[in-house]
Amino acid sequence: MRVGLFVPCYIDAFEPEVGISTLELLERFGCEVDYPFDQTCCGQPMTNTGCHAEAAATEALFVKNFAPYDYIVAPSGSCVHQVREHLTAVDQTEEVRAVRARTFELTEFLHDVLKVDAFPWAEFPHKVGIHYNCNSLRGIGLAQASEPNKPFYSKPLELLKKVRGIEFVQPSRWDECCGFGGTFCVFEPGVSAKMGYDKVSDHAKAGADYIVSADSSCLMHQKGCAERIGLPLRFIHIARILNGARQ
Amino acid sequence: MSGPPDSHTVIGGPREPQPRGAKVRPGWPIDQSEAADRFIAAPRHLQNHDTRLWTLRQNRDRIAHGIEEWEELRELASQIKEHTLAHLDHYLEMFEANAKANGIHVHWAADAAEHNRIVHQILDEHGARSLIKSKSMLTEECAMRPYLEGFGIEVIETDLGERIQQLDDEDPSHVVVPAVHKLRADVAEVFSKTIGTDPNNDDVHYLAEQQRETTRPLILQADAGMTGCNFAIAETGTFVVCTNEGNADLSANVPPLHIASIGIEKLIPRIEHLGVFVRLLSRSALGTPITQYTSHFRAPREGGEMHVVLVDNGRSERLGMDEFWTSLKCIRCGACMNTCPVYRRSGGLSYGATYSGPIGIILDPTFNRTKYSALPFSSSLNGSCSNVCPVKINIHEQIFAWRRVMAETHEIPLMKQAMMKAAGELLSSPALYRAAVSGADAALRTLPKFIVYNRLNTWTRAREMPKAPDHTFHDWWKANREKTEVQP
Ligand code: SF4
Repeated sequence: MRVGLFVPCYIDAFEPEVGISTLELLERFGCEVDYPFDQTCCGQPMTNTGCHAEAAATEALFVKNFAPYDYIVAPSGSCVHQVREHLTAVDQTEEVRAVRARTFELTEFLHDVLKVDAFPWAEFPHKVGIHYNCNSLRGIGLAQASEPNKPFYSKPLELLKKVRGIEFVQPSRWDECCGFGGTFCVFEPGVSAKMGYDKVSDHAKAGADYIVSADSSCLMHQKGCAERIGLPLRFIHIARILNGARQ
Repeated sequence: MSGPPDSHTVIGGPREPQPRGAKVRPGWPIDQSEAADRFIAAPRHLQNHDTRLWTLRQNRDRIAHGIEEWEELRELASQIKEHTLAHLDHYLEMFEANAKANGIHVHWAADAAEHNRIVHQILDEHGARSLIKSKSMLTEECAMRPYLEGFGIEVIETDLGERIQQLDDEDPSHVVVPAVHKLRADVAEVFSKTIGTDPNNDDVHYLAEQQRETTRPLILQADAGMTGCNFAIAETGTFVVCTNEGNADLSANVPPLHIASIGIEKLIPRIEHLGVFVRLLSRSALGTPITQYTSHFRAPREGGEMHVVLVDNGRSERLGMDEFWTSLKCIRCGACMNTCPVYRRSGGLSYGATYSGPIGIILDPTFNRTKYSALPFSSSLNGSCSNVCPVKINIHEQIFAWRRVMAETHEIPLMKQAMMKAAGELLSSPALYRAAVSGADAALRTLPKFIVYNRLNTWTRAREMPKAPDHTFHDWWKANREKTEVQP
């Protein structure tokens, strides 16, 4: 199984460890992983702002980079949502449609495609609150959101339950948006920050040591918010825990 | 519909002035973000607002999740509305014919101005000088009150929240709970200035009772009454109004003349469809099984007259918009506002429009594209609104689509578009991108800067910057894996 690893721009620049963990994790389960060297971004900053024409060249580059692989896997539900739902500024050729359909978020790939049932190397002796990026939650269905009258499930939770020593806490508004929202966080900074403060405070109140998420973008925003209001929370991407990080 | 009369939460302590809504500058887009910042700067108002609306959302969850077929009901409601909208001309004619047969006078208004003229003319013909009315977003949309007041006609809102807003000369901030953004102390101040209550007494029962006392004689003496409409039923030519205060019944039944303003999207084909919507409406809005009053209006009573004004005001144009026509399914339950994390933290008046919150963002630009061009950006696109909507409007996808429309029609600021053009050029060129991300000096690698290319300050205004590690993933791969790389 040949997997093209997509490392979103902010992970590349700020959280290389998340990229490395994703790579090693996939390799542990026997995937032949390649990192297409000319990759940049999924086009989300532009389409999120309404500028689809401006995203076309970036989208074309994405498709060119990832067309050769059986699967494309990214440690970011938000970017995967962009590729699956909104990569529409380029002509929808067969190749484009195939790339979009074969792109997976890491936890759903582990859960649905590889059907992983154990992480023998993983141990995380801390209290964690899970944060779901909204595109991951309501867009690609990583878990069941709270609004519909449908049975709850959570792929990240299912995977984390296989980690030794981990304890879960539940914030009161567990699936309220944290205010990152892509370019929302720079275009509507006041509300975005207030949402972030409320989110991290809710986790802190629930007793979390760590906020864990399948999306680094939300975590980066939340970390900045927690530091600003002086909350001693820590933040970690799920790929790192599943790959055996202890802290 | 309207909310319960006594839903004001207690937050004590010294007085905090009420933050006001968006500043309107003719020719300029509404700056929701600026008004939201002022709302956030008033912590009591913010907390009161967020808590009250989140409570409604939780009540909604509890009651909706107690109904096994909830999701099927939503689907059914959506299909009934889509069917009706697809055959709207047919059902409107059916409604008109049946209403006429019931003895109702039916009028058609192409726009707000015509609606107001028609209402004025009806009042004029009856020599009516005062009008009592229940809450109607449509009459807000038409700015009917100031129009009639211009002719010396006194208009009295009978819904408590709406009356508070009328006395404060402020628009409703929410479609169901119009004064939800106010603290009790704000209401006490408004009432002390307008109806002479004790400014230091902000007990809700006292305030509500005083308001009732002063309004009752006005109601009893009114020459005409007006209601909105929640559902108009084509096969019977009847219409239904849902309230919690029974004030629609007062407005309709006390005076001899009843006028109902009805948006043409309020139609449903048959009486049997009504049950689907009644089951959804109050559960979605307030988390209660049904509104206290569900009043059916069928015909004028003996010696009285009943008029219906069917209003288009941009609706048929909206019906022709591929991406946005399903916004006409809206039954104005307010659930999307209650759940919206941005709305709860910024207040309905920050949108500077008749309709606020998620549904407002997708309706308002159809009234004035330039004025409301920035609203689609006042959303984190989290999608909770679409999930609670009882008629399954894909609200957040329409917000996303409006952003594209605004960019295509050059309604977004040039700066924003230029930034995105630059970002697009950067992100489509591996070489430029690498240079930006892997700059020799890690300290220069700053997240918002390379994601949106600019606006660094807005990130750090409220959050700490992430610290850049000394190498990127890309560098790591190059150093550790490149030699063993498998060529595709
Ligand atoms: S859009 Fe849906 S949730 Fe919002 S007010 Fe209308 S019906 Fe209610």
